[in-house]
Amino acid sequence: MAVSNKPIVWGPFAAGGTVTAFLTPALVLLTLLAAFGHAPDLFAYERMHAFAAHWLVKAVIACVVFVSLWSAAHRLRITFYDLGVRADTLVAAIVYAGALAGTVASVLYLARI
Amino acid sequence: MSRKPYVRPMTTEWIFRHSRYARYMLRESSCLFIAGWTLMLVWGLKQLAEGPAAWEAFLQGLTSPASIFFQLLTLGFASYHSITWFNLTPKALPVQLGEEFLPDGAISGAHFAAWAVVSIAILFLAGAF
Repeated sequence: MAVSNKPIVWGPFAAGGTVTAFLTPALVLLTLLAAFGHAPDLFAYERMHAFAAHWLVKAVIACVVFVSLWSAAHRLRITFYDLGVRADTLVAAIVYAGALAGTVASVLYLARI
Repeated sequence: MSRKPYVRPMTTEWIFRHSRYARYMLRESSCLFIAGWTLMLVWGLKQLAEGPAAWEAFLQGLTSPASIFFQLLTLGFASYHSITWFNLTPKALPVQLGEEFLPDGAISGAHFAAWAVVSIAILFLAGAF
């Protein structure tokens, strides 16, 4: 049987597509409210810091960041192919590395909260 | 001995051949905005870790016209991603009941309802209202 790494790549894409579909619009609304001077209560430094200091919240944030970036990276890779860029291996390496770098950065910052 | 394989030339002109191709590209480009906003979130985590002054600077940065423009675009594109994603759920998760399949509208409808509940819950728990 041929060995394929497709499920490894595709699994987080599907998870990320679902997570971003459910969460991202509401989360963007929160930052938009803050941008227009109606910051939600959670955006006060003490509250946000206490919220993000919980290990479970940290784990959830790290997972959300990972699947969001990964699914975006996967879509970007496919889009490059659709637009005629045939260097798929190179494109895949760059976009997935970017998604992993963003995830690692979020984990490092969360560890300092 | 090596032969040169024929590589069919490919242009980006196909996008404009049909409106559904353009909508497809519009949907796919949502990834740029979702990725950009997520990286902004990661930046916010860095600022939160650095202390109250850095966090205030992050919140201040959100209010710049460029940031608001980006966030509004992200809201539009992210919502478009959600709508197209949930519209596809009957294809991805068909539910068979005996001989029959659950109608498509029931599956996507359940997802849209759950999306509404989750969104309201996030806004409420964050103290937006």
